[in-house]
Amino acid sequence: MLRPRISPCLLVHKGGLVKTKQFASPTYVGDPINAVKIFNEKEADELIVLDIDATRDRVEPNFRLIAQFAVECRMPLCYGGGIKTVEHAKRITGLGVEKVAISSAAVENPALVPAIAEAIGSQSVVVVLDVKQGGGYDVWTHNGSRRVGQSAEAAAAAMEQRGAGEIVVNSIDRDGLMKGYDLALAARMRAATRLPLTMLGGAGSLADIGAVIRTCGVIGASAGSLFVFKGAYRAVLINYPAQAQKDEIIRSALQPAGDRVVS
Amino acid sequence: MITIVDYGLGNISAFLNVYRRSNIEARTAATPGELEGATRLILPGVGSFDHAMEQLQRSGMRATLDALVLERRVPVLGVCVGMQMLGRSSDEGKLAGLGWIDGSVTRLATLMADQALPLPHMGWNDVRVVSSDPLFDQLEADSRFYFLHSYYFACDRPQDALALASYGREFACAVHAGNVYGVQFHPEKSHRWGTRLLQNFARL
Repeated sequence: MLRPRISPCLLVHKGGLVKTKQFASPTYVGDPINAVKIFNEKEADELIVLDIDATRDRVEPNFRLIAQFAVECRMPLCYGGGIKTVEHAKRITGLGVEKVAISSAAVENPALVPAIAEAIGSQSVVVVLDVKQGGGYDVWTHNGSRRVGQSAEAAAAAMEQRGAGEIVVNSIDRDGLMKGYDLALAARMRAATRLPLTMLGGAGSLADIGAVIRTCGVIGASAGSLFVFKGAYRAVLINYPAQAQKDEIIRSALQPAGDRVVS
Repeated sequence: MITIVDYGLGNISAFLNVYRRSNIEARTAATPGELEGATRLILPGVGSFDHAMEQLQRSGMRATLDALVLERRVPVLGVCVGMQMLGRSSDEGKLAGLGWIDGSVTRLATLMADQALPLPHMGWNDVRVVSSDPLFDQLEADSRFYFLHSYYFACDRPQDALALASYGREFACAVHAGNVYGVQFHPEKSHRWGTRLLQNFARL
């Protein structure tokens, strides 16, 4: 059986690992490479690393840092931040990164996703949609500072047409709040695309991960705060569920509703 | 020695890391000369089929690889696109494959045209071993590997399939004929299961 993925998402800012709340007030939580080593030991399903400075500062991806990630990472790696050209994408996959994530550039330049998919294969092209609730759900770019004027569902369908291989939906409203995924958004996105889907933003407990899997079936559940903070005071402690715990969350989330034990 | 073919594609360092942690010697080869003395070959690969074949041609290692695999019978493991390159051809491209094992590469979408499953096939899936082989030693009961692909290797001879994965339908995710092995998943990124498989390959 193909399993739902439970994927830590790490944000890189000024060379350090940070966690934001609603895309603002980044808190320093440690050294990113050290975090990768801990997630290796914990056998995380995959890792998403997003450089949140590159696009805003209009700089190229930090290839030296990416090479370090690729060498250390013993699980599949998705890297995003500042990827604007086919050459960037080729260079990053050449360093041993399985997937490249494109966000602002994919929205601004409709020709980019098809060109990158042609060069490195659709399966390695991930489009990250930053989404904020208005009347419906709108796509925003540049760390949530520019509204695109397109719904999240329409954007996902367009990216699928253009050759993306996966959609990551990042809820700006829920980011860092640890109060649960936006399940209504998750259900809408699952209906909007046939691509593999990953939800990010809001997870505060393993039960929240179970809930998004119950809503959408076999998808990716990604989280930042949940896997870097522990307890009500948000003490920094890298954590991740053990294999047996993970299997149990998935088993219980995917069983038919009638068989569920209420606890 | 275990030699990872470095033609500019695929996660070479991930394979080296697995072997380093396993205390098994491994090295890379980027020229025909560096292939000398290889007792095991790993052919990695990512991206599109034609790009991978072009890169391999451009590396200048093709003739030496053919000699090692077809004449000297050195065991070779193709990984992901590296596995797809072992066949005659791919629906993804126009170039010919290496032709080391009889089969061709087909779109998963064709295999599962009647299924409403997300594509590409991406994530951790169980692998069912269907033919006893030392490559899957201690992996017969419970093994899961990381997949990321839109195409799969269709063997001409069903008996060449070593293991199957199921995604709507079953397909061969590991193939074997003589000294040629291929796996569609990424053992170098599949934690303890992948490490075990790469150790098994080293001990064949």
